[in-house]
Amino acid sequence: MTETYIARSSDVASRMLGGEMIIMSAADSTLFTLNQQATAIWNAADGVTPLSEIVESKICGAFEVDPAVAYQDAEELVRDLAGHGILLVSERPAEGREVTS
Amino acid sequence: MSLITELDSRAGKLGVPLSAHLDVTYRCNERCVHCYLPHDDRGEMTTAEIVDLLDQLADAGVFFLTISGGEPFLRRDLFEILAHARARTFNIKLKTNAILIREGEAESLRRFNLDSIQISIYSHRPEVHDAITKVKGSLERSIAAIRFLKSRGFKVTIANVIMRYNRHDYPGVQALAAELGAIFTIDPTITPHIEGDRGILALNVSRADLEEIFHTESLVGNLEEFCAPPVAVDDDVLDSVSCSAGHTLAYISPYGDVFPCVQFPLPSGNVRKQKFLDIWRDSPQLREVRSIHARDLEGCSECGHVGSCTRCPGLAYREGNMRGPSMADCEKSFARTGIPSRNMLRKAAFSVPLVQIEEWRSTASGAGLAEDDFGGGKDRENVLSC
Repeated sequence: MTETYIARSSDVASRMLGGEMIIMSAADSTLFTLNQQATAIWNAADGVTPLSEIVESKICGAFEVDPAVAYQDAEELVRDLAGHGILLVSERPAEGREVTS
Repeated sequence: MSLITELDSRAGKLGVPLSAHLDVTYRCNERCVHCYLPHDDRGEMTTAEIVDLLDQLADAGVFFLTISGGEPFLRRDLFEILAHARARTFNIKLKTNAILIREGEAESLRRFNLDSIQISIYSHRPEVHDAITKVKGSLERSIAAIRFLKSRGFKVTIANVIMRYNRHDYPGVQALAAELGAIFTIDPTITPHIEGDRGILALNVSRADLEEIFHTESLVGNLEEFCAPPVAVDDDVLDSVSCSAGHTLAYISPYGDVFPCVQFPLPSGNVRKQKFLDIWRDSPQLREVRSIHARDLEGCSECGHVGSCTRCPGLAYREGNMRGPSMADCEKSFARTGIPSRNMLRKAAFSVPLVQIEEWRSTASGAGLAEDDFGGGKDRENVLSC
Protein backbone atom coordinates (compact mmCIF):
# COMPACT_ATOMS: atom_id res chain seq x y z
CA MET A 1 0.00 0.00 0.00
CA THR A 2 1.32 3.44 -0.94
CA GLU A 3 1.51 5.82 1.97
CA THR A 4 0.23 9.39 1.75
CA TYR A 5 2.05 12.25 3.42
CA ILE A 6 0.41 15.60 3.95
CA ALA A 7 1.85 19.00 4.81
CA ARG A 8 0.28 22.36 5.47
CA SER A 9 0.90 24.91 2.75
CA SER A 10 2.94 27.89 3.86
CA ASP A 11 0.67 30.12 1.74
CA VAL A 12 -2.24 30.03 4.13
CA ALA A 13 -3.33 31.93 7.19
CA SER A 14 -4.78 29.82 9.98
CA ARG A 15 -6.04 30.17 13.51
CA MET A 16 -7.97 28.11 16.04
CA LEU A 17 -11.36 29.51 17.01
CA GLY A 18 -13.44 27.66 19.55
CA GLY A 19 -11.82 24.30 18.82
CA GLU A 20 -12.09 24.64 15.05
CA MET A 21 -9.46 25.77 12.58
CA ILE A 22 -10.02 28.75 10.30
CA ILE A 23 -7.91 28.72 7.16
CA MET A 24 -7.67 31.31 4.44
CA SER A 25 -5.84 30.74 1.22
CA ALA A 26 -3.65 33.69 0.25
CA ALA A 27 -3.97 32.66 -3.38
CA ASP A 28 -7.69 33.31 -3.72
CA SER A 29 -8.83 34.45 -0.24
CA THR A 30 -11.08 31.42 0.08
CA LEU A 31 -12.02 30.90 3.71
CA PHE A 32 -12.45 27.46 5.24
CA THR A 33 -13.43 26.29 8.67
CA LEU A 34 -12.48 22.78 9.67
CA ASN A 35 -14.43 20.72 12.16
CA GLN A 36 -12.65 19.09 15.08
CA GLN A 37 -11.65 15.92 13.20
CA ALA A 38 -10.40 17.87 10.19
CA THR A 39 -8.58 20.23 12.55
CA ALA A 40 -6.81 17.28 14.16
CA ILE A 41 -5.65 16.11 10.73
CA TRP A 42 -4.57 19.64 9.77
CA ASN A 43 -2.56 20.06 12.96
CA ALA A 44 -0.80 16.74 12.40
CA ALA A 45 0.01 17.47 8.74
CA ASP A 46 3.75 17.83 9.23
CA GLY A 47 4.79 16.24 5.94
CA VAL A 48 6.55 13.33 7.62
CA THR A 49 3.79 11.43 9.41
CA PRO A 50 1.82 9.07 7.14
CA LEU A 51 -1.88 9.88 6.81
CA SER A 52 -2.79 6.40 8.03
CA GLU A 53 -0.87 7.01 11.23
CA ILE A 54 -2.49 10.43 11.69
CA VAL A 55 -5.94 8.92 11.29
CA GLU A 56 -5.15 6.13 13.72
CA SER A 57 -3.55 8.29 16.40
CA LYS A 58 -5.52 11.53 16.10
CA ILE A 59 -8.95 10.45 14.87
CA CYS A 60 -9.79 6.84 15.77
CA GLY A 61 -8.67 7.09 19.37
CA ALA A 62 -10.01 10.56 20.05
CA PHE A 63 -13.34 10.39 18.24
CA GLU A 64 -14.25 6.68 18.47
CA VAL A 65 -14.90 6.14 14.78
CA ASP A 66 -14.43 3.10 12.60
CA PRO A 67 -10.85 3.14 11.20
CA ALA A 68 -11.89 2.32 7.62
CA VAL A 69 -14.56 5.02 7.57
CA ALA A 70 -12.22 7.50 9.23
CA TYR A 71 -9.49 6.86 6.66
CA GLN A 72 -11.93 7.22 3.77
CA ASP A 73 -13.21 10.52 5.18
CA ALA A 74 -9.65 11.72 5.74
CA GLU A 75 -8.67 10.91 2.16
CA GLU A 76 -11.67 12.87 0.90
CA LEU A 77 -10.79 15.84 3.11
CA VAL A 78 -7.16 15.73 1.97
CA ARG A 79 -8.20 15.69 -1.70
CA ASP A 80 -10.53 18.63 -1.11
CA LEU A 81 -7.95 20.74 0.74
CA ALA A 82 -5.20 19.81 -1.72
CA GLY A 83 -7.50 20.90 -4.53
CA HIS A 84 -7.59 24.37 -2.97
CA GLY A 85 -3.82 24.37 -2.57
CA ILE A 86 -3.86 24.61 1.20
CA LEU A 87 -2.56 21.10 1.84
CA LEU A 88 0.36 19.53 0.01
CA VAL A 89 0.18 15.79 -0.70
CA SER A 90 3.07 13.49 -1.45
CA GLU A 91 3.83 9.79 -1.58
CA ARG A 92 7.11 10.45 0.17
CA PRO A 93 7.88 12.15 3.47
CA ALA A 94 9.18 15.69 3.20
CA GLU A 95 12.86 16.16 3.91
CA GLY A 96 14.06 18.85 6.27
CA ARG A 97 10.57 20.29 6.54
CA GLU A 98 10.22 23.02 9.06
CA VAL A 99 7.11 22.38 11.07
CA THR A 100 5.22 25.45 12.29
CA SER A 101 2.09 25.54 14.37
CA MET B 1 -24.80 35.41 6.65
CA SER B 2 -21.30 35.32 5.12
CA LEU B 3 -18.70 33.02 6.59
CA ILE B 4 -16.68 36.01 7.84
CA THR B 5 -19.75 37.49 9.56
CA GLU B 6 -20.42 34.10 11.08
CA LEU B 7 -16.82 33.84 12.32
CA ASP B 8 -17.02 37.34 13.76
CA SER B 9 -20.22 36.49 15.56
CA ARG B 10 -18.68 33.30 16.96
CA ALA B 11 -15.54 35.18 18.02
CA GLY B 12 -17.71 37.76 19.76
CA LYS B 13 -19.49 35.08 21.76
CA LEU B 14 -16.15 33.50 22.69
CA GLY B 15 -14.57 36.85 23.60
CA VAL B 16 -11.85 36.39 20.99
CA PRO B 17 -10.20 39.35 19.23
CA LEU B 18 -10.49 38.02 15.70
CA SER B 19 -8.98 41.15 14.15
CA ALA B 20 -6.23 43.56 15.12
CA HIS B 21 -4.98 46.75 13.52
CA LEU B 22 -1.37 47.54 14.33
CA ASP B 23 0.15 50.87 13.37
CA VAL B 24 3.89 50.26 13.42
CA THR B 25 4.71 53.96 13.11
CA TYR B 26 2.99 57.33 12.89
CA ARG B 27 5.89 58.74 10.88
CA CYS B 28 5.00 59.38 7.27
CA ASN B 29 6.61 60.53 4.06
CA GLU B 30 3.41 62.24 2.93
CA ARG B 31 1.60 65.08 4.65
CA CYS B 32 -1.99 64.49 3.62
CA VAL B 33 -4.23 67.45 4.34
CA HIS B 34 -6.89 65.27 5.99
CA CYS B 35 -4.61 63.04 8.08
CA TYR B 36 -5.74 62.39 11.65
CA LEU B 37 -2.32 61.40 13.03
CA PRO B 38 0.66 63.31 14.45
CA HIS B 39 3.84 62.33 12.57
CA ASP B 40 6.59 62.70 15.12
CA ASP B 41 8.12 59.63 16.76
CA ARG B 42 7.27 59.59 20.46
CA GLY B 43 8.97 56.29 21.24
CA GLU B 44 7.80 53.56 18.89
CA MET B 45 7.84 49.95 19.98
CA THR B 46 11.11 48.21 19.16
CA THR B 47 11.34 45.23 16.82
CA ALA B 48 11.51 42.89 19.82
CA GLU B 49 8.43 44.50 21.39
CA ILE B 50 6.45 44.15 18.16
CA VAL B 51 7.54 40.54 17.67
CA ASP B 52 6.45 39.77 21.23
CA LEU B 53 3.16 41.59 20.62
CA LEU B 54 2.54 39.54 17.46
CA ASP B 55 3.06 36.37 19.50
CA GLN B 56 0.57 37.63 22.06
CA LEU B 57 -1.96 38.54 19.38
CA ALA B 58 -1.65 35.12 17.74
CA ASP B 59 -2.05 33.38 21.09
CA ALA B 60 -5.10 35.53 21.84
CA GLY B 61 -6.72 34.30 18.62
CA VAL B 62 -6.18 37.23 16.24
CA PHE B 63 -6.54 35.99 12.67
CA PHE B 64 -6.99 39.15 10.58
CA LEU B 65 -4.01 41.46 11.08
CA THR B 66 -3.79 44.89 9.46
CA ILE B 67 -0.34 46.47 9.50
CA SER B 68 -0.43 50.18 8.82
CA GLY B 69 0.85 53.58 9.90
CA GLY B 70 1.89 56.37 9.25
CA GLU B 71 3.85 54.84 6.46
CA PRO B 72 4.97 51.35 7.53
CA PHE B 73 7.82 51.31 5.01
CA LEU B 74 9.55 53.99 7.06
CA ARG B 75 10.39 51.27 9.57
CA ARG B 76 13.62 49.58 8.58
CA ASP B 77 12.46 46.41 10.31
CA LEU B 78 9.18 46.16 8.40
CA PHE B 79 10.21 42.97 6.60
CA GLU B 80 11.28 41.43 9.89
CA ILE B 81 7.87 42.29 11.35
CA LEU B 82 6.08 40.86 8.32
CA ALA B 83 8.21 37.71 8.43
CA HIS B 84 7.22 37.10 12.03
CA ALA B 85 3.56 37.82 11.27
CA ARG B 86 3.81 35.30 8.42
CA ALA B 87 5.41 32.71 10.71
CA ARG B 88 2.50 33.15 13.12
CA THR B 89 0.06 32.47 10.26
CA PHE B 90 -1.92 35.70 10.39
CA ASN B 91 -4.03 36.80 7.47
CA ILE B 92 -2.09 39.99 6.75
CA LYS B 93 -3.34 43.16 5.13
CA LEU B 94 -0.79 45.93 4.55
CA LYS B 95 -1.84 49.58 4.23
CA THR B 96 0.68 51.91 2.62
CA ASN B 97 1.00 54.90 0.33
CA ALA B 98 3.43 52.68 -1.63
CA ILE B 99 5.78 55.45 -2.70
CA LEU B 100 8.72 53.50 -1.27
CA ILE B 101 7.73 50.29 -3.08
CA ARG B 102 9.93 49.76 -6.10
CA GLU B 103 10.56 46.57 -8.03
CA GLY B 104 12.87 45.16 -5.33
CA GLU B 105 10.43 45.80 -2.48
CA ALA B 106 7.54 44.32 -4.47
CA GLU B 107 9.60 41.19 -5.09
CA SER B 108 10.63 40.97 -1.42
CA LEU B 109 7.03 41.25 -0.26
CA ARG B 110 6.11 38.05 -2.09
CA ARG B 111 7.51 35.80 0.62
CA PHE B 112 5.03 37.08 3.20
CA ASN B 113 1.91 35.82 1.40
CA LEU B 114 -0.01 38.98 2.14
CA ASP B 115 -3.76 38.80 1.77
CA SER B 116 -3.88 42.25 0.20
CA ILE B 117 -2.19 45.62 0.01
CA GLN B 118 -4.28 48.77 0.35
CA ILE B 119 -2.97 51.94 -1.23
CA SER B 120 -4.49 55.40 -0.92
CA ILE B 121 -5.09 57.22 -4.19
CA TYR B 122 -6.93 60.54 -3.99
CA SER B 123 -7.18 61.43 -7.64
CA HIS B 124 -6.15 60.23 -11.08
CA ARG B 125 -4.79 63.77 -11.65
CA PRO B 126 -1.30 64.42 -10.23
CA GLU B 127 -2.10 68.05 -9.51
CA VAL B 128 -4.92 66.98 -7.18
CA HIS B 129 -3.41 63.85 -5.62
CA ASP B 130 -0.03 65.50 -5.04
CA ALA B 131 -1.68 68.61 -3.59
CA ILE B 132 -3.48 66.42 -1.04
CA THR B 133 -0.36 64.40 -0.10
CA LYS B 134 1.84 67.51 -0.38
CA VAL B 135 4.48 65.36 -2.11
CA LYS B 136 5.24 66.16 -5.74
CA GLY B 137 5.37 63.03 -7.85
CA SER B 138 3.58 60.91 -5.25
CA LEU B 139 0.78 59.81 -7.59
CA GLU B 140 3.25 58.68 -10.22
CA ARG B 141 5.23 56.70 -7.66
CA SER B 142 2.16 55.10 -6.09
CA ILE B 143 0.88 54.03 -9.51
CA ALA B 144 4.29 52.62 -10.44
CA ALA B 145 4.24 50.63 -7.19
CA ILE B 146 0.78 49.27 -7.95
CA ARG B 147 2.06 48.06 -11.34
CA PHE B 148 5.05 46.34 -9.66
CA LEU B 149 2.76 44.68 -7.14
CA LYS B 150 0.15 43.60 -9.67
CA SER B 151 2.82 42.11 -11.91
CA ARG B 152 3.78 39.90 -8.96
CA GLY B 153 0.27 38.70 -8.32
CA PHE B 154 -0.68 40.85 -5.32
CA LYS B 155 -4.26 41.73 -4.59
CA VAL B 156 -4.22 45.53 -4.47
CA THR B 157 -7.02 47.73 -3.20
CA ILE B 158 -7.12 51.40 -4.08
CA ALA B 159 -8.72 53.36 -1.25
CA ASN B 160 -10.14 56.67 -2.40
CA VAL B 161 -10.88 59.02 0.48
CA ILE B 162 -13.25 61.63 -0.85
CA MET B 163 -13.10 65.19 0.41
CA ARG B 164 -13.88 68.65 -0.91
CA TYR B 165 -10.64 68.86 -2.92
CA ASN B 166 -11.20 65.68 -4.94
CA ARG B 167 -14.95 65.21 -4.83
CA HIS B 168 -15.33 65.09 -8.61
CA ASP B 169 -12.41 62.74 -9.24
CA TYR B 170 -13.70 59.39 -8.04
CA PRO B 171 -14.81 58.26 -11.52
CA GLY B 172 -11.25 58.87 -12.72
CA VAL B 173 -9.79 56.92 -9.79
CA GLN B 174 -12.29 54.15 -10.40
CA ALA B 175 -11.22 53.96 -14.05
CA LEU B 176 -7.57 53.98 -13.00
CA ALA B 177 -8.22 51.08 -10.60
CA ALA B 178 -9.88 49.12 -13.39
CA GLU B 179 -6.93 49.79 -15.69
CA LEU B 180 -4.47 48.65 -13.02
CA GLY B 181 -6.52 45.58 -12.06
CA ALA B 182 -7.01 46.88 -8.52
CA ILE B 183 -10.09 46.75 -6.31
CA PHE B 184 -11.63 50.19 -5.83
CA THR B 185 -13.12 51.43 -2.57
CA ILE B 186 -14.31 54.87 -1.53
CA ASP B 187 -14.56 56.44 1.87
CA PRO B 188 -16.35 59.77 2.18
CA THR B 189 -15.52 60.20 5.87
CA ILE B 190 -12.93 62.60 7.22
CA THR B 191 -11.96 61.69 10.76
CA PRO B 192 -11.13 64.25 13.46
CA HIS B 193 -7.48 64.42 14.47
CA ILE B 194 -6.61 61.78 17.05
CA GLU B 195 -5.48 64.53 19.42
CA GLY B 196 -8.83 66.27 19.26
CA ASP B 197 -8.57 68.93 16.54
CA ARG B 198 -11.81 68.89 14.54
CA GLY B 199 -10.67 71.54 12.04
CA ILE B 200 -10.05 68.99 9.28
CA LEU B 201 -13.74 68.08 9.31
CA ALA B 202 -14.20 71.17 7.13
CA LEU B 203 -12.76 68.99 4.35
CA ASN B 204 -15.82 66.73 4.43
CA VAL B 205 -17.87 66.75 1.24
CA SER B 206 -21.18 68.57 1.25
CA ARG B 207 -24.51 66.88 1.90
CA ALA B 208 -25.34 67.16 -1.82
CA ASP B 209 -22.05 65.49 -2.79
CA LEU B 210 -22.62 62.72 -0.28
CA GLU B 211 -26.09 62.16 -1.68
CA GLU B 212 -24.68 61.97 -5.20
CA ILE B 213 -22.02 59.45 -4.14
CA PHE B 214 -24.56 57.28 -2.32
CA HIS B 215 -26.82 57.26 -5.36
CA THR B 216 -24.12 56.19 -7.81
CA GLU B 217 -24.68 52.53 -8.60
CA SER B 218 -21.09 51.89 -9.70
CA LEU B 219 -19.94 52.88 -6.21
CA VAL B 220 -22.55 51.40 -3.90
CA GLY B 221 -23.88 48.41 -5.81
CA ASN B 222 -27.58 47.73 -5.67
CA LEU B 223 -29.12 51.20 -5.29
CA GLU B 224 -32.52 49.99 -4.21
CA GLU B 225 -30.97 47.97 -1.43
CA PHE B 226 -28.37 50.57 -0.42
CA CYS B 227 -30.82 53.46 -0.31
CA ALA B 228 -33.72 51.48 1.13
CA PRO B 229 -35.78 53.10 3.90
CA PRO B 230 -34.77 52.13 7.43
CA VAL B 231 -35.66 48.63 8.59
CA ALA B 232 -38.27 48.07 11.27
CA VAL B 233 -36.93 48.32 14.80
CA ASP B 234 -37.37 45.20 16.92
CA ASP B 235 -35.67 43.64 19.93
CA ASP B 236 -32.96 42.06 17.75
CA VAL B 237 -32.05 45.50 16.44
CA LEU B 238 -32.10 47.03 19.92
CA ASP B 239 -29.92 44.23 21.29
CA SER B 240 -27.34 44.63 18.53
CA VAL B 241 -23.98 46.40 18.81
CA SER B 242 -22.66 49.12 16.52
CA CYS B 243 -19.60 47.35 15.12
CA SER B 244 -16.74 45.04 16.03
CA ALA B 245 -14.65 47.74 17.77
CA GLY B 246 -13.68 46.37 21.19
CA HIS B 247 -15.81 43.28 20.62
CA THR B 248 -13.68 41.35 18.12
CA LEU B 249 -11.35 44.12 16.98
CA ALA B 250 -8.48 45.86 18.75
CA TYR B 251 -6.19 48.66 17.66
CA ILE B 252 -2.61 49.03 18.87
CA SER B 253 -0.64 52.25 18.34
CA PRO B 254 3.13 52.38 17.65
CA TYR B 255 3.56 53.18 21.34
CA GLY B 256 1.69 50.12 22.53
CA ASP B 257 -1.56 51.88 23.41
CA VAL B 258 -4.62 49.70 22.97
CA PHE B 259 -7.88 51.22 21.70
CA PRO B 260 -11.11 49.56 20.58
CA CYS B 261 -10.41 50.71 17.00
CA VAL B 262 -8.18 53.14 15.10
CA GLN B 263 -11.21 55.46 14.84
CA PHE B 264 -12.03 55.08 18.53
CA PRO B 265 -9.16 56.54 20.60
CA LEU B 266 -10.44 55.42 23.99
CA PRO B 267 -7.26 54.54 25.95
CA SER B 268 -7.81 51.01 27.21
CA GLY B 269 -4.32 49.90 28.25
CA ASN B 270 -0.74 49.65 27.04
CA VAL B 271 1.06 46.47 26.03
CA ARG B 272 4.30 47.83 27.48
CA LYS B 273 2.70 47.67 30.91
CA GLN B 274 0.31 44.73 30.62
CA LYS B 275 -0.14 41.61 28.51
CA PHE B 276 -2.44 42.18 25.57
CA LEU B 277 -4.84 39.46 26.66
CA ASP B 278 -5.15 40.95 30.16
CA ILE B 279 -6.08 44.30 28.59
CA TRP B 280 -8.49 42.61 26.17
CA ARG B 281 -10.27 40.71 28.92
CA ASP B 282 -10.11 43.07 31.88
CA SER B 283 -9.85 46.66 30.66
CA PRO B 284 -12.75 48.61 32.22
CA GLN B 285 -12.90 50.75 29.08
CA LEU B 286 -13.30 47.76 26.75
CA ARG B 287 -15.83 46.23 29.11
CA GLU B 288 -17.80 49.46 28.98
CA VAL B 289 -17.70 49.51 25.17
CA ARG B 290 -18.96 45.92 25.12
CA SER B 291 -21.81 46.76 27.46
CA ILE B 292 -23.37 49.21 24.98
CA HIS B 293 -26.23 47.97 22.83
CA ALA B 294 -28.44 49.89 20.43
CA ARG B 295 -31.13 50.23 23.09
CA ASP B 296 -28.66 52.13 25.29
CA LEU B 297 -27.83 54.78 22.71
CA GLU B 298 -29.04 58.23 23.62
CA GLY B 299 -31.17 59.52 20.78
CA CYS B 300 -30.28 56.69 18.43
CA SER B 301 -32.38 54.06 20.20
CA GLU B 302 -35.54 56.01 19.27
CA CYS B 303 -34.31 56.81 15.75
CA GLY B 304 -35.85 54.98 12.82
CA HIS B 305 -32.40 54.46 11.30
CA VAL B 306 -31.08 52.52 14.29
CA GLY B 307 -31.32 49.14 12.51
CA SER B 308 -29.45 50.16 9.37
CA CYS B 309 -27.27 53.09 10.46
CA THR B 310 -23.51 52.80 10.04
CA ARG B 311 -23.04 54.62 13.35
CA CYS B 312 -19.38 54.68 14.33
CA PRO B 313 -19.01 54.59 18.13
CA GLY B 314 -15.53 56.06 17.73
CA LEU B 315 -16.84 59.12 15.94
CA ALA B 316 -19.60 59.39 18.54
CA TYR B 317 -16.92 59.22 21.25
CA ARG B 318 -15.03 62.03 19.53
CA GLU B 319 -18.21 64.05 19.44
CA GLY B 320 -18.28 63.71 23.21
CA ASN B 321 -20.37 60.64 24.01
CA MET B 322 -19.72 57.03 22.98
CA ARG B 323 -23.39 56.33 23.78
CA GLY B 324 -24.55 59.17 21.58
CA PRO B 325 -25.00 59.66 17.86
CA SER B 326 -22.28 60.27 15.31
CA MET B 327 -23.34 63.21 13.15
CA ALA B 328 -21.26 61.95 10.21
CA ASP B 329 -23.34 58.78 10.20
CA CYS B 330 -26.61 60.66 10.65
CA GLU B 331 -25.62 62.53 7.49
CA LYS B 332 -24.91 59.25 5.72
CA SER B 333 -28.26 57.77 6.71
CA PHE B 334 -29.95 60.91 5.43
CA ALA B 335 -27.95 60.91 2.19
CA ARG B 336 -28.89 57.28 1.56
CA THR B 337 -32.58 57.45 2.35
CA GLY B 338 -33.63 61.10 2.33
CA ILE B 339 -35.03 60.60 5.82
CA PRO B 340 -33.46 62.75 8.53
CA SER B 341 -32.27 61.03 11.68
CA ARG B 342 -33.79 61.81 15.05
CA ASN B 343 -30.57 63.55 15.97
CA MET B 344 -30.76 65.78 12.88
CA LEU B 345 -34.37 66.70 13.65
CA ARG B 346 -33.46 67.49 17.23
CA LYS B 347 -30.57 69.68 16.15
CA ALA B 348 -32.80 71.43 13.61
CA ALA B 349 -35.37 72.12 16.32
CA PHE B 350 -32.77 73.83 18.45
CA SER B 351 -31.08 75.77 15.68
CA VAL B 352 -32.00 79.44 15.53
CA PRO B 353 -31.13 80.90 12.15
CA LEU B 354 -31.72 84.64 11.64
CA VAL B 355 -34.79 85.21 9.51
CA GLN B 356 -36.10 88.56 8.34
CA ILE B 357 -39.85 88.79 8.55
CA GLU B 358 -42.23 91.42 7.34
CA GLU B 359 -42.19 94.83 8.93
CA TRP B 360 -43.87 94.77 12.30
CA ARG B 361 -46.64 97.23 11.54
CA SER B 362 -48.08 95.42 8.55
CA THR B 363 -47.88 92.04 10.27
CA ALA B 364 -49.50 93.41 13.40
CA SER B 365 -52.36 94.93 11.52
CA GLY B 366 -52.96 91.72 9.63
CA ALA B 367 -53.05 89.77 12.84
CA GLY B 368 -55.20 92.31 14.53
CA LEU B 369 -52.59 93.01 17.17
CA ALA B 370 -51.74 96.43 18.48
CA GLU B 371 -48.19 97.69 18.42
CA ASP B 372 -48.13 98.02 22.16
CA ASP B 373 -49.01 94.40 22.66
CA PHE B 374 -45.29 93.69 22.09
CA GLY B 375 -43.97 96.74 23.74
CA GLY B 376 -44.02 98.48 20.38
CA GLY B 377 -41.61 99.03 17.84
CA LYS B 378 -39.52 99.01 14.79
CA ASP B 379 -36.85 97.08 16.63
CA ARG B 380 -38.88 94.02 15.87
CA GLU B 381 -38.16 94.02 12.16
CA ASN B 382 -35.54 91.35 12.65
CA VAL B 383 -36.33 88.56 15.03
CA LEU B 384 -34.93 85.18 15.87
CA SER B 385 -37.10 82.45 14.59
CA CYS B 386 -36.98 78.77 15.31
